[in-house]
Amino acid sequence: MKRESMNRAIEERFLASLGMTVGMGAAFVLLTIAACAAPSARAQVTPQRLLDSAREPQNWLMYSGDYPGRRFSALEQINTSNAGMLVPKWAYQTMAGGKFETTPLVVDGVLYGTGQDNRAFALDARSGRPIWQYQRALPADIRPCCGRANRGLAILGDKVFLGTLDAHVIALDAKTGSVVWDVTAVEYRKGYSITLAPLAIKNLVIIGVSGGEYGIRGFIDAYDAGTGERKWRFYTVPGPGEPGHETWEGDSWKIGGAPAWITGTYDPATNTTFWTTGNPSPSNRGEGRAGDNLYSNSLLALDPETGKLKWYFQFSKHDDHDYDATQVPVMVDQGDRHLILQANRNGFFYLIDRSNGKLVFANPFARVTWSDSKDASGVPLARKDASPTLEGNRVCPGAAGATNWMSPTYDPQTQLFYVTAREQCDVFSTAPQAYEAGHAYYGSAYFPNDDAAPFTGALRAIDPNTGKMKWEWKHPSPTWAGVLSTAGGLVFTGDAEGNFIALEAASGKALWHFQCGASVYSSPMSFAIDGKQYVAVAAGSALFTFALP
Amino acid sequence: MLGAGAAAAVALRAQDKNPFAGDAKAAKLGESQFRANCAFCHGLGARGGGRGPDLSRAQKHHGNSDADLFRTINEGVPGTAMPPNGATQQGVGMTEEEIWQVISYIRSVQVKAPAQPAGNAAHGKELFYGSAACSTCHMIQGKGGRLGPDLSTTGSARSTDYLVESMRSPSRRLAQGISEAMKEFSQEYETVTVVTADGTKFLGVVLNEDHFTLQMMDTREQLHLFEKDKLRSLEKSRESLMPAYDQKTLSDKDLEDVIAYLLAVGAQ
Repeated sequence: MKRESMNRAIEERFLASLGMTVGMGAAFVLLTIAACAAPSARAQVTPQRLLDSAREPQNWLMYSGDYPGRRFSALEQINTSNAGMLVPKWAYQTMAGGKFETTPLVVDGVLYGTGQDNRAFALDARSGRPIWQYQRALPADIRPCCGRANRGLAILGDKVFLGTLDAHVIALDAKTGSVVWDVTAVEYRKGYSITLAPLAIKNLVIIGVSGGEYGIRGFIDAYDAGTGERKWRFYTVPGPGEPGHETWEGDSWKIGGAPAWITGTYDPATNTTFWTTGNPSPSNRGEGRAGDNLYSNSLLALDPETGKLKWYFQFSKHDDHDYDATQVPVMVDQGDRHLILQANRNGFFYLIDRSNGKLVFANPFARVTWSDSKDASGVPLARKDASPTLEGNRVCPGAAGATNWMSPTYDPQTQLFYVTAREQCDVFSTAPQAYEAGHAYYGSAYFPNDDAAPFTGALRAIDPNTGKMKWEWKHPSPTWAGVLSTAGGLVFTGDAEGNFIALEAASGKALWHFQCGASVYSSPMSFAIDGKQYVAVAAGSALFTFALP
Repeated sequence: MLGAGAAAAVALRAQDKNPFAGDAKAAKLGESQFRANCAFCHGLGARGGGRGPDLSRAQKHHGNSDADLFRTINEGVPGTAMPPNGATQQGVGMTEEEIWQVISYIRSVQVKAPAQPAGNAAHGKELFYGSAACSTCHMIQGKGGRLGPDLSTTGSARSTDYLVESMRSPSRRLAQGISEAMKEFSQEYETVTVVTADGTKFLGVVLNEDHFTLQMMDTREQLHLFEKDKLRSLEKSRESLMPAYDQKTLSDKDLEDVIAYLLAVGAQ
């Protein structure tokens, strides 16, 4: 009430300055809204807008673009006939070192992104000019395993949400960047951090943690978007008395890992959110944690309102090669088949029935030597002699995987699944060590197997019906760039050599490229303002946008 | 607690001596850290790999005192592939305590006295610039050819085994060229043959490339910068342009002398 009367006072003062009264004000407000309605009615992002994201293809409302996680843009202004004419429009420099992994959001003309060391920013998406900038004051003793990176934000209402390297979850005011709430998800000194973009469902912000290199116990959390109050926590390593607990030897579950560090997807039809998990700890030594180690390296189907597990599917049982399953689980419907597609870090492409978690099939999409058999249901099983040894054991894919966190895309027009494949094998060796809270806990070392050099990469187009490759675009070396598909018949990706590339989605023919000047460690997206389509990608310390001249 | 921790950390850093010197348990802990964070380049036993120097040598190019080693590990070595602590993509950042443990481990595998160079460095130099003709392609301290890697610091940056292998079977592991910030793998000295649109053929080494372009040096030390789609053909090979020096071309004794020269130069 107090706030309303204050607003009223401000309004009166403002109208008075224009020589108007409150009575006349109503008409003025209407006029103002009409003037703003096109192109950018800067309304709140309601849960309904997130559900209906397909109705506003000019915006990019969540990390993967839509709830199914397809990273597909319905914009078609940039297409196969004109992609060759793309030009850079603007760049935004964070001026920070390290990997710049963000996928920005765009809502009604404002672009929201994150940078290294928990920077966040809002830009005029037309010009790249900043509206606000935020950087968290991080403690000096954080030690995130794999770079001081962050992959992006979620947006809901008038807030954007950020997970931090010191394992906090933060809500920022979308208009000012002010901290609205800040909650500690968990004690970072135990080795936890957060790098992923959260997922907003209804009034909840759902987020997981990193820390599989530190012997953490992974979990997925849901927070009330308005208050930051934690609504539920799902431990990805079951505790005593819970199903799956028996898959851990002794007390190994307490430090079992299974972090959830890539954004999930959501099926409103069944009210199910799908999340994936990473390696059991220690990542490269199975001794001391005998068993399947649930729910490491798994796909989890959770009720978003309660965090209750509906079903799970484990990709790599009792993993000792660091084959995190943290790749976006992409939802695709084929007639009455409701599927999840995942090209997994372990080198297999999996098709899973998302109504029950049953495997349809698994086919390799890259070189695989860790597995040479499948169980009765077709799930690939590890070779007995594939484990790390003291003197070193050569295994493909290497620890960085046949793919990794960089997003794949599903194009509903070509009905193909596109994924960044890495062809790199490693020598895995054991380095037994005792667990110490907050200290690195690999139990192993790995390094590239020079006998398998040169290491290469490729963008591969996979037919989900068969798991077979339709075409590939070869990268000179393995890359960490994700993939975007668009209704213009295009796929966009980047490479380690710094190119951002547009390819014909049907054939893999390159139509355009731009040299960004540094390796691309991000997944691209697309948006439109004033009827003009842009494609954006982060590389080096810059966010680049491209459009037709 | 945080304040106390920070003060302790400062105290650890301020001292120039390893607080765990001679502590076998610390060395064992350091070995695990070493395998996870350092073995990628320096090899499992710290005896050097294809990428980093042999750390079991008593002499170290960037200093061998405890304080030197701490600085090198914590801050990296500018202009080299040695990153600051925590900046690699493979390992995690180490605490100062863990860095000292790694130093304990390095001390535990380090040979006690500087190795007496087995070979004759002066004769090695004669061979390098004379009959072995290394200088046709390799430069040392500004003198020599450009087609192969500059060897001024190679003696300090590579293990003896690696140097022997590089001469006896150079194609076994190609030398690394340009390392770009954030790019995971360095360019290697691959052999390349191109035929241009007008039919001119060039043989040389790849200086760098991406999907669309090639930067190469031909055997006459000319730079060529190509757009790949404008070439008639482009063929790469992992058969090094460097000839394999077998026993007949370079005896074991002469090989030892060349290595002694490389080590002597590298130590400067």
